Amino acid sequence: MTDQSSTEATAEPVHSEDKLLPELVAHLRDNRTDLRQQWAERITQAHLLTSMTNQEVFSEATSVYDNYVEVLETGSVKALQHYARDLSERIIPRGVETHEVIGIVLLLRDVLARSLFEKYRDDFELLNHVLDAYEPAANRIANTVAVSFVEQRERVIRDQQDALLELSTPVLQVRERLLILPIIGVLDQDRAQQLTEQLLHGIRAHRAKLVVIDVTGVPNMDEAVANSLVDTVTASRLMGADVIITGLSSEIAQTLVTIGVDLSKMHTVGDLQGGIEEAERQLGFRVSKVPDAD
Amino acid sequence: MPTDAPTAPRAPLPASILSQGPNLIVSIHAALDDEQLVRLQRDLLERVGRDRSSGILIDVAALDVLDSFAARTLADLAYMAQLRGARTVVVGIAPEVAMTLVRLGVRIPLTQTALDLEEGLEWLGM
Repeated sequence: MTDQSSTEATAEPVHSEDKLLPELVAHLRDNRTDLRQQWAERITQAHLLTSMTNQEVFSEATSVYDNYVEVLETGSVKALQHYARDLSERIIPRGVETHEVIGIVLLLRDVLARSLFEKYRDDFELLNHVLDAYEPAANRIANTVAVSFVEQRERVIRDQQDALLELSTPVLQVRERLLILPIIGVLDQDRAQQLTEQLLHGIRAHRAKLVVIDVTGVPNMDEAVANSLVDTVTASRLMGADVIITGLSSEIAQTLVTIGVDLSKMHTVGDLQGGIEEAERQLGFRVSKVPDAD
Repeated sequence: MPTDAPTAPRAPLPASILSQGPNLIVSIHAALDDEQLVRLQRDLLERVGRDRSSGILIDVAALDVLDSFAARTLADLAYMAQLRGARTVVVGIAPEVAMTLVRLGVRIPLTQTALDLEEGLEWLGM
């Protein structure tokens, strides 16, 4: 790349800085091996990226370094953004934390700044100018990488939440007109709402008369959750389906009584098996074991 | 009922009341406003006495909205009809309507509900 193309990206009117940035870039290019090595060492010292091997850290460091220099040169963070997103995608599943990513980028900034101090230490005036050119670009880079990482992470979390929401509320028919709804995991307001919606549509689709809601997989229950469960039952009754709740653990039972939630209008049975048996009885099914089954 | 004085002729109710054996079958075709609801309630109660009905089935499947006033009117109707010897079942509440009613905190405690017309008729013993 020529000097011409690199200068047009910097909008600084001061002509000395127009030349400084290319000089800076050249300096970083010339000392690439050395600075990169320093950086990788400092990453290890700071105990960052511990979930990755030294080799991986070094190769990622190389890419980040080259991208870094490129941003300084062109002034455009497009490529870096793309790379950062890519990088995040690779390292998020390995448990790399936000503070680590920000940490390594800040370390690189420090390593490079130090090398600039060293190079220009004899001319304080010039050093000031160099830093004027370097600092905004460096901060922008740190910002870009951090934001890309966090965005990517949020996207992953959102995807997982969506997947969880979809997977977590199966409405299953076990007998004619009998549905079961096993609830697994923490219930919150959103999920309770979505669950109610699915159940009601299930009731209509299967023409259900009875629903067994099994809460064995619900770790704890507070007043809001218990009340939303009551709402679910009420809504089901409005559609003509009765509800049996099963699998209230002893802890939940104690909690509900302690916080004074009234479940007395709800039909509860100890466990899922008991609930299904009770439902079958109410629906008029009789299940019997064939004598010579085994 | 506030008054039983005859008033000027009004638009017909968007609901039909059919007599089926000992039961009255009410089909609501479109959303009713408050005045129409009260009118429906009164008409029905009169019919219960006139036809000596023992059961009322109200089909609200066509409604995608049921506000708290409507819900309460239906609940009241069920109670009043019971006092006159007829039991009431409301059928066809859509999932969205059920959720809205619950979210608004509306309870229809006295009213029996059923999934659809068929279920409701079965409950009435037909």
